[in-house]
Amino acid sequence: MSELLIEDRPAKSIVPAPAGNVKQKEFGNERKLMTAHTFTHLDALESESIHIMREVAAECKNPALLFSGGKDSIVMLRLAEKAFRPAKFPFPLVHIDTEHNFPEVIACRDKLAADLGERLIVRSLEDSIKRGTIIIKDLDKPRNPYQSVTLLETIAEFGFDACMGGARRDEEKARAKERIFSFRDEFGQWDPKNQRPELWDIYNTRVHNGENIRVFPISNWTEMDIWEYIGREKLHIPSIYFAHEREVIRRGGSVIPVSHLVQPKAGEKIEVVSVRFRTVGDMTCTAPVESTASNVDEIIEETATTRITERGATRMDDQTSDASMELRKKEGYF
Amino acid sequence: MDTMTQLLRFITAGSVDDGKSTLIGRLLHDSKSIFEDQFSAISKTSEKRGMAAVDLSLLTDGLQAEREQGITIDVAYRYFATPKRKFIIGDTPGHEQYTRNMVTAASTANLVVILIDARRGVLVQTRRHTYLASLVGVPHIVLAVNKMDMVDYSQARFDEIVTEYKKFAAQLDLHDITCIPLSALVGDMVVDRGESLDWYQGPTLMEKLESVEIDHDVNTTDFRYPVQWVCRPQTDEYHDFRGFMGRIEAGEISVGDEITVLPSGRTSKVKEIVTYDGNLQTAYAPQSVTLTLTDEIDISRGDMFVKADYLPTVAKEFGAMMCWFSETPLDKNRKYLVKHTTRTAKCLFSSVDYRVDVNTLEQHANPAVNMNDIVRVAMKVQQPLAFDHYTRNRASGSFIVIDEASNNTVAAGMIV
Ligand SMILES: Nc1nc2c(ncn2[C@@H]2O[C@H](COP(=O)(O)OP(=O)(O)O)[C@@H](O)[C@H]2O)c(=O)[nH]1
Ligand SMILES: [Mg+2]
Repeated sequence: MSELLIEDRPAKSIVPAPAGNVKQKEFGNERKLMTAHTFTHLDALESESIHIMREVAAECKNPALLFSGGKDSIVMLRLAEKAFRPAKFPFPLVHIDTEHNFPEVIACRDKLAADLGERLIVRSLEDSIKRGTIIIKDLDKPRNPYQSVTLLETIAEFGFDACMGGARRDEEKARAKERIFSFRDEFGQWDPKNQRPELWDIYNTRVHNGENIRVFPISNWTEMDIWEYIGREKLHIPSIYFAHEREVIRRGGSVIPVSHLVQPKAGEKIEVVSVRFRTVGDMTCTAPVESTASNVDEIIEETATTRITERGATRMDDQTSDASMELRKKEGYF
Repeated sequence: MDTMTQLLRFITAGSVDDGKSTLIGRLLHDSKSIFEDQFSAISKTSEKRGMAAVDLSLLTDGLQAEREQGITIDVAYRYFATPKRKFIIGDTPGHEQYTRNMVTAASTANLVVILIDARRGVLVQTRRHTYLASLVGVPHIVLAVNKMDMVDYSQARFDEIVTEYKKFAAQLDLHDITCIPLSALVGDMVVDRGESLDWYQGPTLMEKLESVEIDHDVNTTDFRYPVQWVCRPQTDEYHDFRGFMGRIEAGEISVGDEITVLPSGRTSKVKEIVTYDGNLQTAYAPQSVTLTLTDEIDISRGDMFVKADYLPTVAKEFGAMMCWFSETPLDKNRKYLVKHTTRTAKCLFSSVDYRVDVNTLEQHANPAVNMNDIVRVAMKVQQPLAFDHYTRNRASGSFIVIDEASNNTVAAGMIV
């Protein structure tokens, strides 16, 4: 080991820590230990997410936080507050609007951004449709596949080199394989077979011009963790997450909310059922679950006993093929 | 569910066919963590492939190419919970890129489950997995002697394997090894004890996972605080606020404590420990906080706060054990980047002393450095780093190497 190189101080005043193989057990100092009673799994996840967000702020030139108004991105906002207050966020919030969103979610999005006093950039699929970069035959069909186009156009417009998103690894099996810092080439594409190794929590944030990274600070959170955190932090979330009476139709095993975009076909009957949403996305392909849970505690209880995954219950577009999410991600989707 | 639960990260290691996937499937199944839609999806696929039983390995094989080729390409993460703990499992693939993947997954693990087929006993691979676990400093090891049903649940066979394994492990820096006989297929000693292993008095695998003491895994004595980000709100309310944001990687800090800023060596006192939820009197690893100081001194990202009674080494040269990840071999004539805590600096490899054969632990002098190699190197960095021995402190003893031309992560190292 070479010499100490501390300026301004005589070397002999420096007492290095005893080197060598100190056994892990010897670190324990009972009086000072953080015990399970003070540092819970939610604290561990929270600290990890804050650390990730700060790495992004410090190392990326022009980051953004993708924000949809859904529960995961609301948790992301609270984590950003914890990471950067008392200062403003060192990045804007960006929403890629399919214009197929639930009105309650958009209202919540706008209120949150205003309450926080942070900059919100909204770009709509309609803009891309007008530009001719998205060509949709049936405007009322699910629009998730097209979101990537507008997202990539927005990244180019503002020159973002990093976009943080609220995707979780427990949501879907392709996501379970994705790194926290996920490199995308200049076409926004993910190459799952050629990912950068990710060790400890030392993240490689480097990209060439035109490339970018997607960062998932809540990769290691589960649906249950999100609900427990919403409860603990008393976060305000859109009302449609709680049980409410809604007009629905039953189609192919799913319960589908009736809206101006989805009307009953011949032979289908409108029913009024008590439902809640486990995810909020495109109105035409996000199915609610039948539920009477009207507060966070009741949702936590239901989440603990449910036998169906979040996406399995609610995302009709991911059920079309085993690999639909992976394919969309390869094309630049979140 | 009780929110006062801890998080345990563990990985499984074993050769192909030792039963890793079956074991993970068994843990998830018996702890009721497999969802119906996941189960029906993999049942359909299993049936399509003409299998008699549901193949639980399909749960972790998330990529299309993996499902098509029936192999595991990359580390997959699975999440499950019991009333006692939350778990993150890293399932590592067992093919030729094994070393790289196991080192990656092990870097964040509290515990590794090393599987052995009871019929085959301790193999070269078992030694390799154990060596890598010790190299990366995974604090807890479970030796899962699987397929006990195939050896008549013989205690003599189990004892024989354990004796041989412990003899080997004694050469390595490992402090907590638990050996459990089990059958992943039948379910004995995984979650339930079963009826065939009455002679075994120790914990089931799940009991071990739920109870292993992980508070001690963090170094609680040597305060280490790499500065991530300097917070200057510059609003009226916080006009003079200058907060140093970071995560406490080891030890603890209290208001009034004297700190030394490295590498400059200047000192100051902690004025406040700021968090969104209010100021704290004391904060501990691994909390993310914001510190303000009583003096105005020049501090930026990459500096590290420590306490004077436990200083790290500050130097431009150090030795390390390193795992090379890149398909392009190490080029000693080139400069690379090293990222250590929050500091990134140019570096050179002044020497590559030897390569460790991960199967025999033999050392080979003056090697070329290829993908998956474990080597002992001497490194020179352009700016001084404040570091510790990896065995004393994971966070300040680890680094990654980045190729500046490709921006790829080409190696990971542990300072020795
Ligand atoms: N008899 C018996 N067979 C097992 C046991 N565990 C796994 N197997 C079988 O061993 C084979 C390989 O298991 P798998 O989980 O795919 O191994 P992996 O390659 O390590 O993931 C499969 O045929 C399993 O059914 C066990 O405890 N007893
Ligand atoms: Mg397998």
